[in-house]
Amino acid sequence: MNDLGFPILSTMLLVPALAAIICLFVSAGTARMIALLATLIDLALGIILWINFDIGGAQWQFVESAPLFDRFSWALGIDGISLMLIMLSVFLMPICIGASWNSIDKRVGEYMAAFLFMEVLMIGVFAAQDIFLFYILFEAGLIPMYLIIGIWGGADRIYASYKFFLYTLLGSVLMLIAMFWMVNEVGTTDIPTLMQYDFAPEAQTWLWLAFFASFAVKMPMWPVHTWLPDAHVQAPTAGSVILAGVLLKLGGYGFIRFSLPMFPEASAQFVWLMLSLSMVAVIYTSLVALVQHDMKKLIAYSSVAHMAIVTVGLFAFNQQGLEGAMIIMLSHGLVSGALFLCVGVIYDRLHTREIDRYGGLSINMPRYALLFLLFTMASIGLPGTSGFVGEFLALLGVYEVSSLVTLVSTTGIILGAGYMLYLYRRIAFGELVHDDVKQMTDLSPREMALLAPIAAVVLWMGVYPESFLAPMRGDISALEARLARAKPVGDAQLTPGTGLPANADTHGNSDNHGSAADEGAH
Amino acid sequence: MPQYELWLQLTAPELILSISSLILLLIAGFAGQKSSKLVGILAVTALVASSAVALDFLTGDGFSEGADAFYGQYFMDRFGSFTKLLIYAAAIITLIISPRFLEERKMMRPEFPVLIVFAAIGMGLMVSATDLISLYIGLELNSLAAYVLASFARDDERSSEAGLKYFVLGALASGILLYGMSLLYGFTGTTSFIGIANAFGDELGNGALFGMVFVLAGLAFKISAVPFHMWTPDVYEGAPTPVTAFFASAPKVAAIALTMRVLFWCFYGFIASWQPIIIFIALGSIIIGAAGAIGQQNVKRLLAYSSINNVGFLLIGIAAASAAGAAATSTYLLIYVAMTLGAFACVMELRDVNGNAVESLDALAGLSKVRPGIAAALAIFMFSLAGIPPLYGFWGKALVFSAAVEAGLLPLAAIGIAASVIGAFYYLKVIKVMYFDDVSGIVVAERSAPERLAIIILTALFVSPLGFFLNGVIATYSDQAGTALTYFLSFA
Repeated sequence: MNDLGFPILSTMLLVPALAAIICLFVSAGTARMIALLATLIDLALGIILWINFDIGGAQWQFVESAPLFDRFSWALGIDGISLMLIMLSVFLMPICIGASWNSIDKRVGEYMAAFLFMEVLMIGVFAAQDIFLFYILFEAGLIPMYLIIGIWGGADRIYASYKFFLYTLLGSVLMLIAMFWMVNEVGTTDIPTLMQYDFAPEAQTWLWLAFFASFAVKMPMWPVHTWLPDAHVQAPTAGSVILAGVLLKLGGYGFIRFSLPMFPEASAQFVWLMLSLSMVAVIYTSLVALVQHDMKKLIAYSSVAHMAIVTVGLFAFNQQGLEGAMIIMLSHGLVSGALFLCVGVIYDRLHTREIDRYGGLSINMPRYALLFLLFTMASIGLPGTSGFVGEFLALLGVYEVSSLVTLVSTTGIILGAGYMLYLYRRIAFGELVHDDVKQMTDLSPREMALLAPIAAVVLWMGVYPESFLAPMRGDISALEARLARAKPVGDAQLTPGTGLPANADTHGNSDNHGSAADEGAH
Repeated sequence: MPQYELWLQLTAPELILSISSLILLLIAGFAGQKSSKLVGILAVTALVASSAVALDFLTGDGFSEGADAFYGQYFMDRFGSFTKLLIYAAAIITLIISPRFLEERKMMRPEFPVLIVFAAIGMGLMVSATDLISLYIGLELNSLAAYVLASFARDDERSSEAGLKYFVLGALASGILLYGMSLLYGFTGTTSFIGIANAFGDELGNGALFGMVFVLAGLAFKISAVPFHMWTPDVYEGAPTPVTAFFASAPKVAAIALTMRVLFWCFYGFIASWQPIIIFIALGSIIIGAAGAIGQQNVKRLLAYSSINNVGFLLIGIAAASAAGAAATSTYLLIYVAMTLGAFACVMELRDVNGNAVESLDALAGLSKVRPGIAAALAIFMFSLAGIPPLYGFWGKALVFSAAVEAGLLPLAAIGIAASVIGAFYYLKVIKVMYFDDVSGIVVAERSAPERLAIIILTALFVSPLGFFLNGVIATYSDQAGTALTYFLSFA
């Protein structure tokens, strides 16, 4: 149990679960209210969770465990990494409900139920401390997302929903076999114990590959990213928000929770694979994004590019890289979610995602143009926004490992600026040429209420990232310590000088690498 | 020294059913058509009484080690009791969901419950048989009842065709089985499972190996495993839906249990000889069951392929050749029976304006708007059959794969689970048709039959995530069943 006196994590799962069941049986209006209420309660519970999270305290906090299911147990608990991702989920959920308030008018109860069910699963995945519980919640997310895309999606929704479901399912099943092997070997399903267990390096290779199959698809990494643009384009706005905002983080979370701590040797062995796939992804998908005519598709490809920077940071094996990867995940969750909302705003008015059908929106929609600009800049990684912090840290981290990867990734970020600014120019600047675009009204109070909080958090994370880094620092240090034994040799290591012994003090640390690691450890 | 009192006690479930079925036959014969309701109720009562006895054997301490009856012909153990309970439960559910469906089509006759009870006796004998002779008697008793049931809609061409096909092919399979049995008898001089196992000693000669292969081929037909699965779609499509529901549940349990008994008793010393065969038919069933279903337009045919597919997963637990594997297969059987009967009960609910049963997949289009409850239940069963968590069907698959991994069969587990994704495709298709497509207008909204609705709700709740709370109870008894069945493996 915890200091709060009640099992807060289970409560956070129970509230949306009950609300989801109720939503199935009530009218549209009531369902909307119930869904909003439930997600706001969860947001409040999330804030309580954050306030009560003891930074620098025990690694696993708010731990609950009940051996309910014979072979595995209802074990929940969070560390700083989980906390931040749970916060992201509970923060985005009320916004998703708000975004669907008017645009969803058929089967509202079922829609809200699917979203609430989704919330249960997302919080559950980040809080699960039992490997089978994790798998069940991880996989279960396919069902509501399949229905959300398939029932409320666009014209080509059926193809997209199948592709989403089968792609991610195929990726995940091998992970289950690997989990059975691990549980059989270690004799426990407890994730913290498994994270400390040293598997034989030969076994690690296979286990790592099985987990990789799952997380690479979820992430998504090139070349298994192709489900993402289809899913995004066809999903309703809120579906895209949750897909980009939280579901894509499952892959990164999987790497940081399973692949890296459980199989350090194998992770080191496959650094080349991760880095080269990421390099291809960051350049290739950025170029693809440049030529898109569909706004959602463009943002979807940009997500793949951003996620590639995450994998680059994760597999840098050092504090900055890991912290940077986490901040990019949080930042991308907010920013891409906000960008999809921005697309949704104008889609609701004109019912097209064709970029060329817009133009000059800064004239008649100034508030919209302002917020859209902020999120565009955050996506590019302008200093002062959340995107900058993450990308800077991640690139700093990987610079220790490989200058080439850093060079390529940075090029990708420049390309990112290219496609985002080009998108913004075509939508917001220029003359108002289309008559129907002239008729479009600026943001309604509801839409402002959805976008403003995200804008505030994006700036907060950009200006004072310490709030978000502090809870995770201890866990990332622990992870770095665990990875230390397998850390690959980077190309940026300076050879210790054989210079003048007398002047050694004035030159200070000739070993830059060592000092960077020390600083990182704080 | 005959101990008739004990033997009669051990065979009580079959005895109760045998005596009741004869009485029911008399009632049916003398009272005729109008007695069908009464016969149905009495049949359910008899099955409940037998289940109570089987439950007592399973949970009580009286025969925890199992006991032999009739000089090695019959062995009452926890595995037999566990599967018998499943068989009786499936028969009871069939008898609950069927009458209204049959009455509406003027097909309800008192013989229907009697035949189900006959089949149940045969199946009870199958799962407890420890001798080739009692095995064959049980198998044929079940099969003969099943042939008649398949053609129960005697005015319907498809049903007659199903019955005939089932009979001809079933007879062929029985012939193959008998041939295998005769080889085994010829090489060992005994028909008792344990006698056969002991007679082999350390080496399985070529002749005996042939015997084993023929026996397995015959049994593979009965469980409709690839490559002996061809009859399944035709019979499942042609037989009246309640009969199909029955075929897909109880006889599957009995035949799988029988196969396990033969493998773990007769051939416990020769795992290396039969494991490759089981692995082959397991993967074959998974892949062909999944691929064959993709183009199907008839829901019953689709479910037939689904049952072939599921048999593949059940066989993976057997291939593990361990107590854990046997326990996993037992658990999977339980979950499978619930999913299958639930899915068929949903199909029975569907009809068009004229009251005809709707079986085509296209007709299900937009079902979620016309019959939201039935569509939701069917979606739950489909996701569960596909093994998608958090539905309980996942747990059955997880257990068999876990057992395979524990037994070191990693390639089998990896290929099997990857092939399960193919199966997910057509289960998803059913959901797509019901939820994503526009209303077809064929299926009409109407009130559900209350007893059928109750069964649908119960089975849907069971395969919903709530099922996981039963893990402990189910594991207790399926572990005991698995341990009892694989008793001899420790000597291998």
